[in-house]
Amino acid sequence: MLLVPCPNCGPRNSTDLRYGGESHARPDPNTASPQEWRAYLYLRDNPAGWLRENWYCASGCRRWFSIERNTATNEFRDPPLPGDKRGGAA
Amino acid sequence: MAGLASRLRRRPPKYSAAALAWKGLRGEGWPRVWRDCDLQRSYDAVVIGGGVHGLATAYYLARNHGMTNVAVLDKAYLGSGGSGRNTAIVRSNYLTPEGVAFYDRSVHLYERMAVELNINVMFSQRGHLTLAHSDASLRTMHWRAEVNKLGGVNSSVIGPDEVKQECPSLDTSDHPRYPIQGALYHPPGGVVRHDAVVWGYARAADHMGVEMHQKTEVTDIICEGGDGPDGKGAGGRVTGVRTNRGDISTPIVINCTAGWASLISTMAGVRLPITTHPLQAAVTEPVKMFLPTVVVSGSLHVYVSQTDRGELVFGASVDPYANYSVRGSLEFTEGLAGHVLELMPGISRMRVLRQWSGLCDMTPDYSPVMGFTPVDGFLVDVGWGTYGFKAAPVSGEQMAEAAATGRTPKLIEAFALSRFDDGELVGEKGAASVGH
Repeated sequence: MLLVPCPNCGPRNSTDLRYGGESHARPDPNTASPQEWRAYLYLRDNPAGWLRENWYCASGCRRWFSIERNTATNEFRDPPLPGDKRGGAA
Repeated sequence: MAGLASRLRRRPPKYSAAALAWKGLRGEGWPRVWRDCDLQRSYDAVVIGGGVHGLATAYYLARNHGMTNVAVLDKAYLGSGGSGRNTAIVRSNYLTPEGVAFYDRSVHLYERMAVELNINVMFSQRGHLTLAHSDASLRTMHWRAEVNKLGGVNSSVIGPDEVKQECPSLDTSDHPRYPIQGALYHPPGGVVRHDAVVWGYARAADHMGVEMHQKTEVTDIICEGGDGPDGKGAGGRVTGVRTNRGDISTPIVINCTAGWASLISTMAGVRLPITTHPLQAAVTEPVKMFLPTVVVSGSLHVYVSQTDRGELVFGASVDPYANYSVRGSLEFTEGLAGHVLELMPGISRMRVLRQWSGLCDMTPDYSPVMGFTPVDGFLVDVGWGTYGFKAAPVSGEQMAEAAATGRTPKLIEAFALSRFDDGELVGEKGAASVGH
């Protein structure tokens, strides 16, 4: 079982969390062009290596946080900061 | 005369019962199925990915369009990725008219494949049951059945009694937590021997002059004129590929790399709407034949069929987080076993022999991404998620047509990469996967 280090609850089984996908800055909907908006909605880097991504601690603190994980080895690095889904500090 | 003699020598021995008996009596071995070639400096087209999609594309380029100066590159061996790891199910009972027409063409190509490629692919059209455990899924089954019938595909909704008739080992009582309320029955669906499909395409393509290069990893795609660094990106064009065995110049590169699709496309400066997730599968010890059809349950996240050897092959939904590792997990096996036992309590003493996983390139709408990209000469046949094997023949045929003619064939117009810019998604989640 993958252990995900939640900043509030500590290591939790991945089944306790919900995966939120790659962490990208959300463009401003008032000024973004359709191309920028669709790139934000659909296009992904999908690297085989370190990736900053969002998790939702559904069965624990019920907060979103972002963290870096290596998608080839499943290691985590950089203890995450409590934050919202967009990766900003709370 | 010498040319004719060498062509006759190149022709592989025909596979038949008579040839098998003759070679058996004389104690003769069989020649190698495809050649090992030196890497040339230039090709008319390069296919990246020696799986069933890449090999089918190369085969149809040679057969339908006369393009034989083609190389298929694979970083490992032919069929080492999803082509050898899928659960070999073939069907065409999809949800959208575009999907139904496309996958139906694939089923027809599978029906002719054994004769066309002269290899026994063991296509067994034993029927395909998609179980419904709720009113909502029964409604989707009716929807799918009507779309299928309009597209000329044999598909209908049946009740629990008929399910029991088709498949007596299923528990159709009201005892389980999610009782079976009906099913979408699709008689032409079935299973194929997936390795034979890979070998059949490779052998036929090799015979026509296509070169297969194994252990040849693409490290970069060489572009010019694009808006990104090194001439990559939109507006540019492909001039070649760089491999661990040297550079190749080519005007056409076709990306058929499934789980690694994003990594290859990034080399040409193309971003894709794809994330890579592993999908796990498992197989039990062999027992006598008792499961006559393929059984799928979306609510229970499982599909199961019995091979001709008697093993049960199980597949599930993709792992919930993006991953390039193909390690199995205990929670998967436990969950799978629990779900299968809910369908068939009688097999509780059967043992799982082994499990494995393959990489799936998932798209947001559960439909593939096929055809041209903003980089001229760089084509993609990716986004095949959990449904790539059943679509391999038609994908190869259509991608070959696109590459050879420079136009998008009608059958794959709906699956273009530009649909994400246009907001014209082809939502197949209700019919393409079990994890929803």
